Amino acid sequence: MNYIGEHLLPGQLGHFFALLSLVASLLATIAYFKSNKANLPDDKKSWLRMARYAFLVETISVLTVFLLLYIIISNHYHEYYYAWDHSSRSLQPEYLLASFWEGQEGSFMLWSFWHCVLGWFFIWREKKWEAPVMTVVSFAQFCLATMLLGIYVFGTKIGSNPFILFRDQMPDMPLFSNPDYLSFPRIKEGNDLNSLLQNYWMVIHPPVLFLGFASTIIPFGFAYAGLMNKDHTWTTASISWTSFSAAILGTGIMMGAAWAYESLSFGGYWAWDPVENASLVPWLILVAGLHMNLIYKSTGYSLKSTYVFYILSFCFVLYSTFLTRSGILGDTSVHAFTGADMNVQLLSFLFVFLIPAFVLFFIRRKDIPTIYKEESTYSREFWMFIGSLVLFLSAIVISAKTSTPVFNKIFGTNIAPPEDAKFAHNQVQIFIAIIIGVLTAVTQYFKYKDTPKSYFFKKLMWPTIISLVISLSISIFGNIDYTSKGVGFLAAIHVGIFAATYAVIANAIYIWVGVKGKLRFAGASVAHVGFALFLFGVLISSSKQEVLSQNTTGINVFEKTKNEDPAENITLFKGIKTDMGKYDITYTRDTSNGFDRKKYFELKLEPKDGSEEFYLYPDVLKNNKGQMGFAPNPDKKHYLTNDIFAYITTWSGLSEKPDTAQFVPRQVKAGDTTFYSNGMIVLNKIVVNPPDFKRTTEPGETPVMLDITVISKEGRKYTVQPGFAINAASTSFRNLPDSVIAQSLIIKFDKITDDKNGIFQIGIKETQNLNDLMTLKVYKFPFIVLVWIGIVVMVVGFLMSMAQRMNKNKLSAI
Amino acid sequence: MKKMHIVSLVLIAVAIAVLISFMGDVTSYDTIAVAKEKPGKAVTLVAKMDKTQPLEYDPVKNPNYLEFTALDTLGNSIKVVYHNTKPTDMEKSERLVLKGSVVGDHFECKDILLRCPSKYKDANATKQNLNATYEYADSAKS
Repeated sequence: MNYIGEHLLPGQLGHFFALLSLVASLLATIAYFKSNKANLPDDKKSWLRMARYAFLVETISVLTVFLLLYIIISNHYHEYYYAWDHSSRSLQPEYLLASFWEGQEGSFMLWSFWHCVLGWFFIWREKKWEAPVMTVVSFAQFCLATMLLGIYVFGTKIGSNPFILFRDQMPDMPLFSNPDYLSFPRIKEGNDLNSLLQNYWMVIHPPVLFLGFASTIIPFGFAYAGLMNKDHTWTTASISWTSFSAAILGTGIMMGAAWAYESLSFGGYWAWDPVENASLVPWLILVAGLHMNLIYKSTGYSLKSTYVFYILSFCFVLYSTFLTRSGILGDTSVHAFTGADMNVQLLSFLFVFLIPAFVLFFIRRKDIPTIYKEESTYSREFWMFIGSLVLFLSAIVISAKTSTPVFNKIFGTNIAPPEDAKFAHNQVQIFIAIIIGVLTAVTQYFKYKDTPKSYFFKKLMWPTIISLVISLSISIFGNIDYTSKGVGFLAAIHVGIFAATYAVIANAIYIWVGVKGKLRFAGASVAHVGFALFLFGVLISSSKQEVLSQNTTGINVFEKTKNEDPAENITLFKGIKTDMGKYDITYTRDTSNGFDRKKYFELKLEPKDGSEEFYLYPDVLKNNKGQMGFAPNPDKKHYLTNDIFAYITTWSGLSEKPDTAQFVPRQVKAGDTTFYSNGMIVLNKIVVNPPDFKRTTEPGETPVMLDITVISKEGRKYTVQPGFAINAASTSFRNLPDSVIAQSLIIKFDKITDDKNGIFQIGIKETQNLNDLMTLKVYKFPFIVLVWIGIVVMVVGFLMSMAQRMNKNKLSAI
Repeated sequence: MKKMHIVSLVLIAVAIAVLISFMGDVTSYDTIAVAKEKPGKAVTLVAKMDKTQPLEYDPVKNPNYLEFTALDTLGNSIKVVYHNTKPTDMEKSERLVLKGSVVGDHFECKDILLRCPSKYKDANATKQNLNATYEYADSAKS
């Protein structure tokens, strides 16, 4: 059959280059391996030349495949399943890149793209280690290339081809019997990008994160090179590469956190979600490895640990790839990738690096120089080692907790995450934070090998005193009162705040007393200050996080307990000012544009302390991909000291019909019955100052309530209590409408028409979509800005030490 | 033995202790019948919403009260009470992961995780969806 309007060339080219990249990377692997093994300089050279050509072909293929897929997506060639599945014509052009990496295939391509870039930088800068390290990089490229194959070998699917045609992906669909299937609206329009990913962070977070993931292969490659060639001098070159990797991976992870903060309604930036943990673990191990590496460079200790940590760091990247892409996290994570039947392949990807690396390590362990003399407790290396070990163990604990689904699969158990999964992590990690904070503070004041005690205590005295004063005043005057997890945890938070303060102060002072203000050498201190600021921000913003949206309109159906707060959501009606603790909040208006998938709400917040009123614009984005409903996007008001953060938890206008219904006035007396389309409304009585009114009123207000029974045709009875509250002192008046959601009915008490005869006017509104009603959650995050500043400072510190090491290496080369 | 070894061993022992204590915190995936047998104990249910039973949620009265009936694969059902807002799209969700415990006659839910069809790349759902469109387009033509 001749299909109309298909563009087959990009796909054929794409598949060809995907295959070429597979072959070229395999060739590069072999040639680099041979070059490394060769003894004669000429052999080495000729293999190396061949390897570089192969890697060049590989790079060109990867770039071409990348470009072709982008062309397919950006031109909306929906004859390709990937383009159809991940994008749509109505998608804003800036999100086309996000479509590119929404799927497994695109994100694998991103990964291998970064390998190519890093590879050429490596070839340019590290001639001595090119052959062995690039063996590993090329081999990883080979593995990634298999992920894009999409062919069946002995009934097992290897990889998943991004260039597969829609009609080949689902060949038995009757749709494809029509040669003009591309003109069907559903095909033509595209399946669209998941609403949650339509965010600018999703355009930049994945590339940075994947650059971070990709760059962890360099330390791994160095470790392989050292073991293979029994040459441990790579530890000089590796420091700047590892610093780079730590900086980028850290940035990538926190960009994900920023995305979660800005566009997911988790109520925060970090939820200890398995997907988040999976990327944090390699970073922790990498940073531990970097410190081991530094110890070895300065003292000769810890070389074995350097090997182990660098190897594990990359292997945990592969493990996280398995966790997030195999679908195994399905029941524990909110945003794991979907399984594409590649479990075996993903596991092989992990083991094909893990097993040979450790076998090689055990074969060569005797050749790794080890110092048997004991370290002094007054040496920097001693405490650095302990710090790194703590980081490593914390990574292992996080990883073990995240791996319960894997554990279940292997042992057939049915362990589910703890009831309060976040706290299960927090109660452990707070102690890690304390230890790391204190170690970060004091360790720089030790010298390598041995430190005179008097020097150490003299230098550390002032930072200690200053931090104690600052952190104690925060503890005493800062109102840190996070008692919901018990006194022990609160105490730990206070100690944690001291540790973080200590680390900030001690490292900041060290820039002056230790490296004499020479910023060139201050990379480590700057990174430590950043990390400590980050810890401080995390502790303060989480422990002082406040729910502002206390429910003032509903009844509390249960008592507040240790774990549960009954009222963290407030109900708002359009145009009705509602009391929300320190603020009066009004849902003023919304965008009701039927064409836009996004609907903005305008909320006016008037602080009661008289400070300036402000507006928040949270929005909801209509879901796609077969899901109904809306995804809420929070909005924030940034202040220097805190963020006010609000998102819509439910919004009743789920149907798209405009709400044209109006309140219909009715005059009724007590005992009267009036009708609505699906039954009747009986006014039982009017009660002034009712004892059991379900609305909370403010002091000084007198509520007047109508007790109404709604009886539907089906015979269901609902009690409705509309009313108003009069404040005699301020002569203010609040209307308190009530509704029967099941009957789409809103009733409000308008006025008393005739005082003598007891005639009241009520307003009845029947609506298919209670458009003007929403529930809202509002948080206050104090000092969250420190979290972000901390990360930026830390990354700058890593980059500074990278630059410092690169200069040093250059000088020593001359 | 070197001091370093002692410290390392202590730290590793602490890490193991932490993980063992974690095993005390974990819950288990249970069926409704099993959950009913151990009231008050934290469990995780994998169930779906029983759509034949009414769902009670009225944000005007109380945005933090949701009541519905959960049905597990064995056909057992239980009333679920969740003191929070109704997760968007709960009705569309194929599978609910409910954390909480049985209290009296109902399941006191602390957390709901939705597994939506689209989050698993469900080729069948896409197919059905498309086939329906196709048939619709077809019938519109004729």
